[in-house]
Amino acid sequence: MRTHRVLRTQAFRFVAIYLGIFAVSAAALVGFLYWNTARVLDRETDETIRAEVAGLVEQYQRLGLPVLTDVISRRSARSEQGIYVLADRDHRVIAGNLDLWPSVATAGDTFIEFEFERRDGQALQLRQARGQIFELAQGYFLLVARDVRDRREIERLFSTALPWSVAWMILLGVGGGVLISRNFLARLDVINRTSREIIAGDLTKRVPVTKTGDEFDDLSGHLNRMLDRIERLMHGMREVSDNVAHDLRSPLNRLRGRLEALSRQQASNPDVKSDIDAAVEETDRLINTFNALLLIAEAEAGSVRESMTEFDLREIVRGICDLYEPVAEDAGLAFEQRTDGAPMNVHGNQNLVSQAVANLVDNAIKYTPAGGKIQVIVESDGQRASLIVADTGPGIAPEDRGRVTERFVRLEASRNSPGTGLGLSLVAAVAHLHDAELILDDNKPGLRATLRFARAKTVTRALPQWPPRIETLH
Amino acid sequence: MRILVVEDDIEAQRYLVKGLREAGHVVDEAGDGETGLTLALSRVYDVTIIDRMLPKIDGLKLVATLREEHNSIPVLFLSALSDVNDRIKGLRAGGDDYLTKPYAFAELLARLEALMRRRDPLSVKTRVSVGDLELDLLSRTAKRSGSEIDLQPREFRLLEYLMRHAGQIVTRTMLLENVWEYHFDPQTNVIDVHISRLRAKIDKGFASPLLHTVRGAGYMIRAYA
Repeated sequence: MRTHRVLRTQAFRFVAIYLGIFAVSAAALVGFLYWNTARVLDRETDETIRAEVAGLVEQYQRLGLPVLTDVISRRSARSEQGIYVLADRDHRVIAGNLDLWPSVATAGDTFIEFEFERRDGQALQLRQARGQIFELAQGYFLLVARDVRDRREIERLFSTALPWSVAWMILLGVGGGVLISRNFLARLDVINRTSREIIAGDLTKRVPVTKTGDEFDDLSGHLNRMLDRIERLMHGMREVSDNVAHDLRSPLNRLRGRLEALSRQQASNPDVKSDIDAAVEETDRLINTFNALLLIAEAEAGSVRESMTEFDLREIVRGICDLYEPVAEDAGLAFEQRTDGAPMNVHGNQNLVSQAVANLVDNAIKYTPAGGKIQVIVESDGQRASLIVADTGPGIAPEDRGRVTERFVRLEASRNSPGTGLGLSLVAAVAHLHDAELILDDNKPGLRATLRFARAKTVTRALPQWPPRIETLH
Repeated sequence: MRILVVEDDIEAQRYLVKGLREAGHVVDEAGDGETGLTLALSRVYDVTIIDRMLPKIDGLKLVATLREEHNSIPVLFLSALSDVNDRIKGLRAGGDDYLTKPYAFAELLARLEALMRRRDPLSVKTRVSVGDLELDLLSRTAKRSGSEIDLQPREFRLLEYLMRHAGQIVTRTMLLENVWEYHFDPQTNVIDVHISRLRAKIDKGFASPLLHTVRGAGYMIRAYA
């Protein structure tokens, strides 16, 4: 698992790519060096041989066979590397340092390579030679060659050293890559862990900065500065929200107080009084909308995170069902509640979750015609706890499902029914605050709204999915 | 009844004081925390209404100081902050009730009534009765004219709350907060449905109804109409 992670790091990939390029270029360089050296050595040998052959042929032409035989005998005795053989037309050796005429050898301008045996102390060695054969006048053959064992040695050196050095290079490279990657991972893990804690709601956490002053420290420093700013903004937001609440509530309070006082004064004048009472009601609607907007803003800003606790989702749902069941029955709806089973703890703001559940149930009752059915179900699939509110009302068309959670969006059909038009927006905001999914689905017929929470784990919380999964169900 | 109002919004204070006086109460007013504290410590009141955010001495600080001085006068907080956390802070500082601005005057009056009666040692009673309706708080049973009424647990709690506040107006919000413990506004009037069910159980078939609707304010349980 750990190794697998190391292999997947960017650092390891960089090292692997670099290693690949380096290995290929090193092999190419060594290969070229070998090829060039061999070429130069061969050419040198060939030129020496050609010059010797020319010299010997000239001596033969000028001074005849006995002198040539003599010269060859002397040279063969003296030379270590050189091979000189003079043979008659039947390839019988007349003079030289080979006992037998090599079988491959035919006369010509091209160079030939052949094997020969040479006594080295007691042992008989098989050796390689390269040389040229010249056909002299009167059918004699002259062979001049060089022992090329040294060159073969170099060749072998190159051909064995190359794979070995490449193997070592890869081994050391992989090792280095793993080391660098682990170091990378360790540094990244620290940043990831801190980020996770911050996402879970603890905005006071900061990424630790080491003293090395490297890119990671730069990154950590930038992240921390960003977090400082976010924290300041959140704090400011909280303050603004409080100030807005105060500055709008105070005049609304005065307005309502004044209207109520006026209404009491006009108790004897029913026409005026009913107008004033209507104005009071209008004020209350204004206040309700304002309260709902403020609540959504608070949920979206996540400023209520500090007041999150762990609670049993079933308890919350039971309470809301208890509150709404008689309302549903009075509206001529069958009400089914399925909240049994083991406790389903989720982490969150109880008050907001209660309100979100209430909004869903309230909507279901509001939009389902008499004779319909409402189901409220709490179920769990191990990792997640889901609340489902299903009705048999008109439902929401697939193309409208994304839109209804926006603020003040009310579908034409429902525009005249009571409510602020913020009910589902609040549910969506609460879902967002809790890293929960809100899924609006077709109940065939009707609407099936699901709020899917991550179940609370006592120690750590799972990271919310990123990018968020968007479910479109039809 | 003697009431102390500590509110820095002078106009709001004027309407509040006027309304309370019209309702027959004796009212003193203060425009800041310091004056409010001096008044609260030097005179005797039945209840105080205190704004949470006040100049000089903050509302929370004021109440905390009162409690340190062993002054147990009932306190109703008024606040422009509606967050549940703010409510908790207010109650923790020693407030007895918390009302978010803007509020309906009827709501305020009903809550003041409830606060002033809170000193009754009613909570240790094991029986409450209104007219011929009797509630046994230990066995959780209700009887009217001797015959038992079958009540769901929630209905019992609702009736208990109403009967503990017999003769007082109880608002829908008070019921929602005290019987269901919810601090939000359910858009539909859910409380009315629960009340009408309860009414069907306790008043149906009896000549004199006990559970009354007070228009524009809430409900009241009372022996004789």
